[in-house]
Amino acid sequence: MFASVDDVTARLAETGYLASPAVATTVFLAARLGKPLLVEGPAGVGKTELAKAVAAITDARLVRLQCYEGVDESRALYEWNHAKQLLRITAGRDETWDRTRSDIFSEEYLLTRPLLTSIRGTDPKVLLVDEMDKADVEVEGLLLEVLSDFQVTVPELGTITAERRPFVVLTSNASRELSEALRRRCLFLHIDFPDAELERRIVALKVPGLDAVLAESLVRVVGALRAMDLRKAPSVAETVDWARTLLALGADRLDEEVVRQSLGVVLKHQEDVRTAAAKLDLDAV
Amino acid sequence: MSTVPTVADRVTDLVRALRTHGVRIGTGESVDAARAVAELGLDNREHLREGLASALLHDQGQRAVFDPVFELYFPRGIGAPGRPGDGFDRDELRERLAEALAANDRAALAGLAAEAVDGLGGYGSTPGSDGYSAHQTLDRLRPQTLLARVMAGSGSAASGAFTDRIAADEVRARIEDFRELVRAEARRRVAERRGTDEIARRMAVRTADRADFLYAGKAQLAELRRAVHPLARKLATRLAARRRRAARGHIDLRRTLRGSLSTGGVPMRPVLRRRRPARPELVLLCDVSGSVAGFANFTMLLVQALHDQFSKVRVFAFVNRIDEVTGLLEHGTADPDGLGARITAEAAITGWHGSSDYGTALGEFVERYEAAVGPRTTVFVLGDARNNQQNPNVPSLRRIARTARRTYWLNPEPTSLWDTGDSAAGVYGDVVPMYECRNARQLSALVGRLLPV
Repeated sequence: MFASVDDVTARLAETGYLASPAVATTVFLAARLGKPLLVEGPAGVGKTELAKAVAAITDARLVRLQCYEGVDESRALYEWNHAKQLLRITAGRDETWDRTRSDIFSEEYLLTRPLLTSIRGTDPKVLLVDEMDKADVEVEGLLLEVLSDFQVTVPELGTITAERRPFVVLTSNASRELSEALRRRCLFLHIDFPDAELERRIVALKVPGLDAVLAESLVRVVGALRAMDLRKAPSVAETVDWARTLLALGADRLDEEVVRQSLGVVLKHQEDVRTAAAKLDLDAV
Repeated sequence: MSTVPTVADRVTDLVRALRTHGVRIGTGESVDAARAVAELGLDNREHLREGLASALLHDQGQRAVFDPVFELYFPRGIGAPGRPGDGFDRDELRERLAEALAANDRAALAGLAAEAVDGLGGYGSTPGSDGYSAHQTLDRLRPQTLLARVMAGSGSAASGAFTDRIAADEVRARIEDFRELVRAEARRRVAERRGTDEIARRMAVRTADRADFLYAGKAQLAELRRAVHPLARKLATRLAARRRRAARGHIDLRRTLRGSLSTGGVPMRPVLRRRRPARPELVLLCDVSGSVAGFANFTMLLVQALHDQFSKVRVFAFVNRIDEVTGLLEHGTADPDGLGARITAEAAITGWHGSSDYGTALGEFVERYEAAVGPRTTVFVLGDARNNQQNPNVPSLRRIARTARRTYWLNPEPTSLWDTGDSAAGVYGDVVPMYECRNARQLSALVGRLLPV
C-alpha cells in the first residue's frame, strides 16, 4: 500500500492533508501490520479528515459508521430486510415451507450496514468508525470481532470473513473511556494541535490568499490562546476560519482592533473571550 | 556493556522499563512493537519513536513516561559532536543559545544541550564516582536569564506588532523545552555509564494520575486539573451504573418473612426493599493550607464536576478558621488554576496565624454550619491531619460523624507517616474511617467506592 513513511507523508500532502511525522508513521504501520488505528485528540484537529485522506490516496471506498448513543447491531452490522422477506413469502404462497424458509434468509434479503459492508467484496475500503466514544459500551463488543479477525458472524449465514482487509480508523474524543480490549486491538495515535510550523503550512494551503506575515502572527496568537486555560481551545478548523475571516476583512496586519472584532471566530464561549481579552490585554470588550 | 544489544533486546528492555513505571503492556503489544521496528527500520529516530508509541501505548497520558524511557533505550548517537574540553567558553555558548532560541531552531537547541552537558555538567574525576548533572549544567548556564536578550534579538520586540504581547511567553516555553533537552541529555549520558536499566528504574517519571499530591510539581497539578472532567465523567458513569443496579434492590427480609406466613413459613415470593429515590447530599471539609492545597483543590474540582450526581454539594475550606466556598467553586469552573488563590483571597480561612488547626476549624464548623449536615449527608474531610500540636477537638468530629450518614477522612500522606510528628491521624482515625489518598488514581478509586448511591 505504501512504500515508506515519507511516501505516506507525500501522498497525504497531495490530497491537502499535511501530516505530522507521528500521523504518517502510524498510518504506515497500520497499513503494514494490518491493524486498526485508534485516533484520539481534541475536536477539530483532523481525525475524521485523516480517514478521508487515506481513502483518497489509496483509491478506496470510505465506509463510515457514525456512532451515537443507542447505535446498535442493526445499525452497525446488518439487518434483515423484513419487508422484502414478507413480500417473498406472500408471492410464493403455494410453495413448500422448506423452500420458503431457506430462501428468505439468503444474501438477497440482507441489508449490510457499515461493518459488514467494509469486509465484503474485494475492492479496497477504508472503514471509519467515527466518535466511538459516543456509542454505548455494548457496541464495542460488536466491533471486537471485526477488529481482531475482520469477520462478522450472521447466525443464519455463518461467518463472513474479509477477502480483503479494510483499513480501519476509529476516532474518539475521549468523552468515555474506551475498553482495554478495544485499545489492545488497535494502534494508538494521539493527534494534538499541530506545531506552529505545520499549522502555518496548513493555513497557507487552505487560505492561499493570506499574506505570509499575517498568517504567522495569526498562528502565534492561536498558539497563545491554546496555552491559556480555556473551556474550548481553538482547533485547526477555527484557525483556518479565522484566516478566512481576516482575508475577508481585508486586514493587512493583526492589531488590537482586528483581534477584538474577530475573536468570536476562534473562541466559542463568552467566558473564554473574556479570559483571552484580559490575557492579551485588549482594553475593552 | 560489552555486547551490543539487538533490536529485540532493546524492545523487550524498553517494555520492561515501561512496565516498572506502571504502563500495562501485554505480550501482543510487544510483538507488534517488534514488527513495527522491523517495518520502520532504525534510520529515522522520529518515526521509530512514534511507531513504538503507537504500538505500545493506549492513551496519551502514558507519553510522559514513554518519551524519556525511549531516549534511554534508543539514544541519539553516542557522545557529543566535538569535545570542547577545558577551553569551554560559557559566554560563547550562551550567545549561540540565545540565537537558537530566537530562531526557534529545535535541531540547534538539541545540539547545544549536548554541548552544555558536556562542558558544564560533568562532575567527579575518578571512574565510578563521576557523572553528568542536568541540575549543575542548568545552574551554570542559566538559560532563563536569556529571556530579555532573546526578545531583543528576535527583532519583534520593538516592532509594535500585536504579537509582541505573546512573544515573552513563547520564549519562556522555548527555554523550558531547552531545559528538558538538557535533562534528557544528562540522563542519557549517565545511562551510558551506569547501564540503562539502572537509570530507567530510578527515573522519577510517573503518569500524572500516579503523581503524589503532596510532591506534584506545578505542571503535574495543571495536568491533573485538566484530567478532572474526563475523570468525573468516568466516575459519573460508574455511579449511574451502580445506582441502576441498586434500584433493583435488595431483599427486604422482614417483609419477605411476613409474606411467607401464608405459605407456612416458606418464602415463596421474595419482597424487594423499595428504594428511596433521593440523591445523596455531600459536604466537603478541605484543608487548603500550603502543604495539602494541591490535593484539596483537585478534589474540590472533581466533586464540583460531579455535582449533578448529588442533590446538594457544599464545600468548606479551612486553615484554622472555616468558611463556605461553594459559591467560589461554582463560577470557578472556567479558571481552575486560580481557585486556590481565590479561596485564599475571598474566604476567611485563617485567623491569628497561618498554620493548620483542625481542632479549631472542626469546632467552628459545628458551631456555625452544623445545619449543613443531616441524616442524608456524606461528609468527606480532606487533609493530612497535621494539627501543629493544637487540641485535636475530637468531640466536634464525633458530633459531625454522628449526625451525618457517613463520614470519611481522606489523607494525602502515605500511611507510614501517619502519627509521626504533629499528625493526629490516629486520633481522628479512631472516630471516622481514614483512607490514604496520595494520587488521582487512589482518589478516583476511593470516590467510586465511598460515594453513596
